Amino acid sequence: MSKKPTTKKEVQTTGHQWDGIEELNTPLPRWWLWTFYATIIWGVAYSIAMPAWPIFASGATPGLLGSSTRADVEKDIAKFAEMNKAVEEKLVATDLTAIAADPELVTYTRNAGAAVFRTWCAQCHGAGAGGNTGFPSLLDGDWLHGGAIETIYTNVKHGIRDPLDPDTLLVANMPAHLTDELLEPAQIDEVVQYVLQISGQPADEVKATAGQQIFAENCVSCHGEDAKGLVEMGAPNLTDGIWLYGGDVATLTSTIQYGRGGVMPSWSWAADGAKPRLSEAQIRAVASYVHSLGGGQ
Amino acid sequence: MSANQPSPDDAPLYFAREPIFPRRISGKFRSLKWVLMALMLGIYYITPWIRWDRGAALPDQAVLLDLGNRRFFFFGLEIWPHEFYFVAGLLIMAGLGLFLFTSALGRVWCGYACPQTVWTDLYILVERWVEGDRNNRIRLHRQAWNAEKIRKRLIKWGLWLFIGLATGGAWVFYFTDAPTLLSDLLTGDASPIAYTTIAIATATTFAFGGFAREQMCIYACPWPRIQAAMMDEDTITIAYREWRGEPRGKLQKGEKLAEGQGDCIDCMACVNVCPMGIDIRNGQQLECITCGLCIDACNEMMDKIGKPRGLVGYMALKDEAHERAGNKVTNIWTHVLRPRTLLYFTLWAGFGVALVVALFLRSPLDFNVTPSRDPLFVTQSDGTIRNIYTLRIRNKHGSEETFRISATTADDAETRALKLTLEGVEGDTITVPADQLYNQRLYLDAGPASDLAAAKRTGIMIWVEQVGEDEPVSDKADTVFNGKGK
Ligand code: SF4
Ligand code: SF4
Repeated sequence: MSKKPTTKKEVQTTGHQWDGIEELNTPLPRWWLWTFYATIIWGVAYSIAMPAWPIFASGATPGLLGSSTRADVEKDIAKFAEMNKAVEEKLVATDLTAIAADPELVTYTRNAGAAVFRTWCAQCHGAGAGGNTGFPSLLDGDWLHGGAIETIYTNVKHGIRDPLDPDTLLVANMPAHLTDELLEPAQIDEVVQYVLQISGQPADEVKATAGQQIFAENCVSCHGEDAKGLVEMGAPNLTDGIWLYGGDVATLTSTIQYGRGGVMPSWSWAADGAKPRLSEAQIRAVASYVHSLGGGQ
Repeated sequence: MSANQPSPDDAPLYFAREPIFPRRISGKFRSLKWVLMALMLGIYYITPWIRWDRGAALPDQAVLLDLGNRRFFFFGLEIWPHEFYFVAGLLIMAGLGLFLFTSALGRVWCGYACPQTVWTDLYILVERWVEGDRNNRIRLHRQAWNAEKIRKRLIKWGLWLFIGLATGGAWVFYFTDAPTLLSDLLTGDASPIAYTTIAIATATTFAFGGFAREQMCIYACPWPRIQAAMMDEDTITIAYREWRGEPRGKLQKGEKLAEGQGDCIDCMACVNVCPMGIDIRNGQQLECITCGLCIDACNEMMDKIGKPRGLVGYMALKDEAHERAGNKVTNIWTHVLRPRTLLYFTLWAGFGVALVVALFLRSPLDFNVTPSRDPLFVTQSDGTIRNIYTLRIRNKHGSEETFRISATTADDAETRALKLTLEGVEGDTITVPADQLYNQRLYLDAGPASDLAAAKRTGIMIWVEQVGEDEPVSDKADTVFNGKGK
C-alpha cells in the first residue's frame, strides 16, 4: 500500500524491525507530560499534607492536615456511642422483665447484646452460646444458678465465685473427696456407679446399690434427695442428659476425686480508678440477649 | 536500520495537540448520526423522569439505582443485592454484544453510540453554531484575543458548561427520586454527594467533549486496542478504494478527469470533515472511529464530478484486493453473516434467553434457612433435642405480608414429633414489613424417643406459606436436623 501522508507529520520509527514489523516512535502528547508533572506535584504536596515520611522509632511525619485514621475511628465510635445514648439510658431505666415488651429495646439488646457476647463471653461459652466442657450451654432450659432474666443479669454483673467481687455468687464448691480424704477410692467407685444408674446409663447393680447409701450420706445436701440438683447450691441435676464436665466413668470419678468449682468473672468489676469491664447497659443487653436464646425462664 | 532513518534520539519526546476543525457536512450518515444522537440523549435525559407505580412503600421511579437501600428498579423489575447475577448477566451480554458488533461492523460503537462521540458531536455542533464553520473557526483560532474572540469563546464555553451541567445533573437522578432531588438541588438541600457528583460529571463532560475529544479515543480509551484483536479481513469498516482513487490529482473547475487519473481529486473534503483529524486514504488507522462522515463528504464530491459514489465507503478489508482484481463489489451481508459473528450472536442470544428464563423462574417467595453450626444441637434436661435455625425471608412486595412457617420430615410420625417455635413470637406466623429482609430464629424440638433425636442427621423441610387474600403461595427449603447419633 502506498503511503502518502498528506496532512500529518511523518510517523517516526525507532529503526527497529522484527519480521517486517517496524517499531514506531510516536511522541507522547504534551498533556500527558503535564499530567505526569501534576502527579509529581500532587505526590510531594500529599506527602507534606498527610502523614507520610517514616521517622526512626516514632512513626511518621504527622502531615500538615493532621489527618489520623485512628482519630477518625475514635470519632466514629464516639459518634455511635452518642447515637446509642438515648436507648442505653432507656435500657438502664427499664425493668429487666419489661425489656421483652419494648420493640426498640428488643432490637437493641439483640444486636448490642450479641456484640458483647461475641466479644467477652464467646471464649468460654462458645460463639453460639452452646457451651464447652466446664462452661455451661446457655441455650437449654437447664440452669445451674437459675434462668430468670434477673438471675442471669446478677450472675453476669457479679460473677460466680469471683474473688475480686464482694457481691459475687458464692456457692459451695464440689469437694475433692479423694484429696481431702472424704471418701475411700472404693466408695467413689460405688457412687460413680450409682450416678450412672440414676442418669439412665448402664451401671454395675451391686456397686450402685452400695453407692446409693454413700450418696445419701454425702451428696444430697447439695444435689438433693432426688439428685435433681439444687439451684441455691449451684449443684447440677445428675439424673438428666446434660453434663457440665462429662457423664462418663472417668470424668465422674475425677470430678468426685478432685472436686469442681467453676468461676464466672464479675463483669461489673473495675480496677482501681478504671472503668468497669462492662457498663450497666452492656450487662443488661447481654443478659437480655442470653435470656432470649431459647433457655430463658 | 536504513540510512535515512533519523536516530531515535533526535525524535521529539512529546508534541502538542493539533487542533481539529471538522467541517460541516450533510449526507446519509450525518443524518443517521443526528437521529441516533437525539434518540440517545433523549433516553439519557428523560429516563429518570419516567414514573412507575409499585405501591406505597416502594419508589415510583421507573429506573432507579437505589444504592442506599441496595435495590435496583427497572420498570416492573426489582433486583435485590443477592440477585446481582442479573446485572452480571447483562454485563456479559453487553460484552458479547460488543464483540458481535465489532467483529461484524468494526467500530460502530465508537462511531455512533459511544458517549464520548455523541457528546463531542454535540459540543462541535454548539461550537459551529457560535463560531461558524471550519474556516471561520480556524481564523478565530489564529487571531489574537480581541472583543469578538472573547465574546465567542465565552458564549461557547457557557453553552458547553450548561450542557455539562445538564449531563451531570441527569446522572444523579438515576440514583434517587428525581423530582425530589431536583427541588432539593435547587433549594440547596441535596446531599453534598449529589453536588460533588454533578460537579465532577460536569467538569469531565466539559473537558472531554470540549477539549480532549479525539485525545480520549487515541490515548485514554482501551477500546481501540481491543478492536484490533476483534477485527478480521471480513469485518466491515470504513476504507478508501485505493484501486479506484489512485493516482490522485487535482481537478480544476469545469475540467474532466485525465486518462489514467484516479477518481480521487485530492479535494481534502474527507480530511476536513474528520473529527479525528486523520486522512482515511492512509488506510486503517487507530484513530478512525468509523463515524462515516468522510463517506458523506466524498460522496458529495463524487456526485459533483459525476463519478459513482463509494470511493470512500463501508467495505471489508479483503474487498480492496478483491475489487482491484476486477471483481464486483461484494454484498455486505456475505461479510456480516459468517461463523464467527453467528457464534457471537448465539452466545449473546443464549445469555439473553437464560436471563429471561431465570427472571420468570424467580420464586415469588424468597427465603432461606440456615441451621446453626455452633452448637449443632442443644440437649434439654428431659433429653429433647433442639435444633436452631435462622430463617431469612424477603418480602418483595410493596406492602406488609404475613408468612406461616411449618416443618416436615419424610415420615408423618416424625413430623408429629417435631415441635416448631418461633423465637419471640406467639403462634406460627410472622409479619414482615414491605420490601425488607427479615431474620427469624426458629427452634425445632424432637422428643427424646424420636428417631430424629437418635439419628446423626435427618433431612427435613421448612415450609413458608404466604398468608393473604389471594391464592396462598408456599415453598419449602431443604435443611437438616442434627441429633445425638454418631
Ligand atoms: S475510542 Fe473509546 S472513547 Fe473513542 S469513540 Fe471509541 S469507545 Fe468511545
Ligand atoms: S476517517 Fe472518516 S470514518 Fe474515520 S473518523 Fe475520520 S471521518 Fe470518521
